[in-house]
Amino acid sequence: MVEDRSLGGRVFAAVNFTLLALIALITVLPFVHVVAGSFTTSAEIAASKFVLIPKVWSLEAYKFIFSTDTIFKAMGVSIGVTLIGTLFSMFITALMAYGLSRRDLDGRNVVNFLVVFTMLFHGGMIPTFLVVKELGLIDSYAALILPSAISAFNMIILKNFFQNIPEGLEESAKIDGCNDFGILFRIVLPLSMPAIATISLFYAVTYWNTYMSAILYLDDSAKWPIQVLLRQIVVLASGMDHSATLDAAVPPPDQSIKMAVIVVATLPILMVYPFLQKHFAKGAMLGSMKG
Amino acid sequence: MQDVTAQPGTVSKLKPKRYKSSSELKKRLWRNKYLYVMLIPGILFFVLFKYLPMYGLIISFQDYKPYQGITGSEWVGMEHFKRLFTEPDFIKILGNTLILFAMNILLYFPVPIILALMLNELRGTFFKRFFQTLVYLPHFMSWVIIVSITYVMVTMDGGIINELLSYFGFEQVNFLLNPGWFRPMYILQIIWREAGWGTIIYLASIAAIDPGLYEAARMDGAGRMRQIWHITLPAIRSVIITLLILKIGSVLDLGFEHVYLMLNSMNRNVAEIIDTYVYTAGLRQGQFSYSTAIGFFKSIIGLIMVMSVNKLSKKMGEEGVY
Repeated sequence: MVEDRSLGGRVFAAVNFTLLALIALITVLPFVHVVAGSFTTSAEIAASKFVLIPKVWSLEAYKFIFSTDTIFKAMGVSIGVTLIGTLFSMFITALMAYGLSRRDLDGRNVVNFLVVFTMLFHGGMIPTFLVVKELGLIDSYAALILPSAISAFNMIILKNFFQNIPEGLEESAKIDGCNDFGILFRIVLPLSMPAIATISLFYAVTYWNTYMSAILYLDDSAKWPIQVLLRQIVVLASGMDHSATLDAAVPPPDQSIKMAVIVVATLPILMVYPFLQKHFAKGAMLGSMKG
Repeated sequence: MQDVTAQPGTVSKLKPKRYKSSSELKKRLWRNKYLYVMLIPGILFFVLFKYLPMYGLIISFQDYKPYQGITGSEWVGMEHFKRLFTEPDFIKILGNTLILFAMNILLYFPVPIILALMLNELRGTFFKRFFQTLVYLPHFMSWVIIVSITYVMVTMDGGIINELLSYFGFEQVNFLLNPGWFRPMYILQIIWREAGWGTIIYLASIAAIDPGLYEAARMDGAGRMRQIWHITLPAIRSVIITLLILKIGSVLDLGFEHVYLMLNSMNRNVAEIIDTYVYTAGLRQGQFSYSTAIGFFKSIIGLIMVMSVNKLSKKMGEEGVY
């Protein structure tokens, strides 16, 4: 944008900047409030009406939530599912995307169509549940991964990205004696790092945020990932349901403790976000291309 | 879609391909054997978790008993679908679903466009990046986190919103249990979480506009607002329409998690939507066949909506999504 130095242009820019600053503030204030609230005592939250920077710092809430191993366990489940799930999803998504990206593959249009069709029409919750049950996946961690292992959308993004890699590169590798696996892992994937990073982030965030599959497929509360536990503690904790949250003898957790659990459940995303942020703008644009 | 043989004019050139001997086809298939191996896990996934459930839809024509399975259960024809349209509960949840959908289109959909236009007018890439980083962030939070943050903020048990209300002399409001607050909270949460992320595609297509157009407009004395109105908006028109199609296609797909998390016994009348109802009626109360019929109905409406809106947009001279 070329600079507009007229009075009108300056007023416009100033108003625009102020509004955007306000929007950004509204976006982050709730997080700041929750983080601040988690580092203080509930008495302090009750006493001072508005906590953005706590007057009294305290780790009480964190000490409390880590005093039982419930949170540790749930974090362990979530981390495990996220790591294994992301690797697995990336692996089979990349394989399929590469296969379908090759124009000389007979039948690719059929498979392509069948994939796109699943984005337009699906069997729904109950039939999917029944399939998962029939496969014996109920109450297994695999139920959090397998039924959502490939996102058709991510696969198509990746396929489009692969298609844009010059075919000459692949051909010359072939002449050098590389087979298709070699081409994918030694040439195509290294050239696709921005797309891989973006889609890994998408998968990782999805797995970390897994909630629905957990409540559908896990009856055993000992296997709950952090998101389900978070809901138990924050949403249901007003004395409605104590089964398998923290100890049943403990009174409903108060504000600072709820906030601390929210922070713990959000932290991993806040940590990876800055590293991958530069990639995903590019990646999302790839997604908007059609193929 | 990209089948070259479909292009007129190239047919004659490619014709020999059709008459290729089967041995040649076999050779080609064999040459690509590793590619087919690569497709196996993916195809297996789609067959097991996408197409098998589609086959499972037939239980909506049965009186499905888990122990008898699909092959052993009794056929009841259209009974469940008939029940769907006579059941007052269903009419209510369909209404709730449509109202939330309308709010999505009217109140949420324009926000990312406006936000993208505003971000685009920012000078200096530093601020642009900075704002983008902040407004993208909530998109990565799960609904559980967003709803949890809402809970601790609006609770009457010392939540900041209610504290502020009483500080300024207003009465405290039980936002979570008051049915009147469900819809406003629902849409605000969506805007808060998704508006920033929604700008990405708009910003990308704005960036592709020829800067010469703006220069010419300035020569003609157009101010910022006029440039936005006459250049930027028309240039991103097709992107807007494409995204609108996608949105309309998901008419009954409002997201199970979000609504389920906000749902409670007090706001059920306005908050119960098709997805949450399928879950409660199906998995909680064991009415597998009936709730599958509801899900089936939802999927068909979705499919019809996407196809018709897509057709409409093609008629209007736009590209459509497929």
